[in-house]
Amino acid sequence: MAGDTPTPVVRLVGVSRFFGDVRAVDDVSLEIADGEFFSMLGPSGSGKTTCLRLIAGFDRPSRGRIELCGLEAEGLPPYERDVNTVFQDYALFPHMTVEENIAYGPAVRRVPRAERARRVAEMLDLVRLPDMADRRPAQLSGGQRQRVALARALINRPRVLLLDEPLGALDLKLRHQMQIELKAIQKRLGITFVYVTHDQEEALSMSDRLAVFRSGRVDQVGTPAEVYERPASPFVADFVGISNLVDGEAAFALTGSREPFTIRPEKIRILEAAASAPDGACSARGRVRDVVYLGMHTRYVVEIDGGAVLSVVEQNRDSAAVDVQAARGRALRLAWPRALNRPVRRAGAPESG
Amino acid sequence: MTAARRGRRALATFFYLKPRLTLALLLAPPLLWLGIVYVGSLCSLIVESFFHLDSFTGQVVRKVSLATYRDLLTAANLDIAARTMTMAAAVTLAAVALAFPLAYYMARYASPGLRAILTLGVLLPLWSSYLVRVYSFKLILAKEGIIGWCLARARLGWILDGLLALPGIGGPSLSVSSIGTFLAFVYVWLPYMILPIEASLERVPQSLLEASSDLGARPAATFRRVTLPLALPGVVAGSIFTFSLTLGDFIVPGTLGNSSLFIGQAVLAHQGTAGNIPLAAAFTVIPMVIMGVYLALARRLGAFDAL
Repeated sequence: MAGDTPTPVVRLVGVSRFFGDVRAVDDVSLEIADGEFFSMLGPSGSGKTTCLRLIAGFDRPSRGRIELCGLEAEGLPPYERDVNTVFQDYALFPHMTVEENIAYGPAVRRVPRAERARRVAEMLDLVRLPDMADRRPAQLSGGQRQRVALARALINRPRVLLLDEPLGALDLKLRHQMQIELKAIQKRLGITFVYVTHDQEEALSMSDRLAVFRSGRVDQVGTPAEVYERPASPFVADFVGISNLVDGEAAFALTGSREPFTIRPEKIRILEAAASAPDGACSARGRVRDVVYLGMHTRYVVEIDGGAVLSVVEQNRDSAAVDVQAARGRALRLAWPRALNRPVRRAGAPESG
Repeated sequence: MTAARRGRRALATFFYLKPRLTLALLLAPPLLWLGIVYVGSLCSLIVESFFHLDSFTGQVVRKVSLATYRDLLTAANLDIAARTMTMAAAVTLAAVALAFPLAYYMARYASPGLRAILTLGVLLPLWSSYLVRVYSFKLILAKEGIIGWCLARARLGWILDGLLALPGIGGPSLSVSSIGTFLAFVYVWLPYMILPIEASLERVPQSLLEASSDLGARPAATFRRVTLPLALPGVVAGSIFTFSLTLGDFIVPGTLGNSSLFIGQAVLAHQGTAGNIPLAAAFTVIPMVIMGVYLALARRLGAFDAL
């Protein structure tokens, strides 16, 4: 390794993958550092899974170059890449027991039997399935299958673990639990995780960095806070979390400029209608059009005098005795620090639908 | 509401509220058919095999004994059984070897359109009479047939001569040698092998093959450890067809090959011209026993684990 910056463990340079006229992956360049938890976030069909398959070697780029650990990966079949995959459907071998499934990697690499058994036991312990060795995949629950798939992919100790929406089939509680476990395992083993998901909350909570995919392209790469607080495009602002996009006359009324910007619903404060606008703040009077009670918080849909409709989220801190629905139709004032407005590029405005 | 409509509605409600009765009515015809025609004739066949033929009167003696089985276990009859089994095994192996690559291609690579065409191509021979096809095979394999002619033209006639000179399976020409019988059997039973293997391969998700490759298995290892075990139920199903159809057939060995008998021909001869129905029945018990043993072995080897 030359220079100060260590060689990225995965590097994509101008990678494209075309299926006929469809550009599934379109000129994507990424660098993923060793030991990083890197997420590829995007709606379905945005190219993130295709990108993962290109890294794994199941598919080959139409254009561009992929480097693994600083070495050109083109021409390397999957079985010669130091990369393992956790599949979306788990892809457990139905004719093998849990133990045989996990031992598959070492078995095909002719690791001696004793060593193999030791590593399988270690893996079963890691994913906390010690008593399941003799079961068949069909006898396991979804969460258990998930753990077996993880153990099977980790037993080879790859430099990079690719995870393709691994928690997609699990229920919410189990998903949260597995998120914590996955993160803990990644920390403990120090393996680079490349994690494909369409769940923005998952990507934000687990990743060191994430890339937001749209129509085969990467809109933004950054830490969760960067992507959330400083979205690079209206699409990112809208896809990661909920955002209010303000432009045209409404923007002019609020900021004195027609430049479009986004503002997160939780940044906006609700004041009495008669209150005066705080200094240095964006502020507008409005009327509550709709109230959505969400348990932990309430979302108010407010139509402001400038014409725009803004979502505002408030914690239900002391609304225990208050009927939030009574707020419907009430006049109020909204205010937020001007500095929290995020100007967004016009180009690449979010597609409808 | 008309009376007819009211009646239909009452009838529908009646059956809806009595699912067991509905089920019983639906299952009665197939169960009667299977019970009487199928199992019944099988039982009568097995019972018949324990009767024997009085050699003086030529009448069937309806008394249970093992006399017929004693007759069955003569050297000549065991020779017939062994010859038939060897042929069935050879035909099955050849059919697997030919069917697997095609089935694999159809299940994994062929586009839906091409797959439909290939499936049609596999099934097409089954639309014409099997007898006609066997006779046309006789012409193809005859001394002056197209195979002999082509090889002679290509100055490769010595290959054919060499094959036909092989002891045991050779003969004056392909059509009157065991090789000819073998070729015709493989030809007529091949579709029964291709279709089940294709169906089983189709059910193997692509992600399993990718997972195997991902974990470090070269293509050969993936085939041996994943593809083949998961396709095994299809191979076994196909081999049940090719094996049992060969064991029972009398038309192919009667039309092609030399004069030595196969089980099917022996059954035909005993129950027809000789009138020895007990011996014919005992002969048919042989394939049933063989298939039973074969299935038990396949099960023991885990052929059905993936089901």
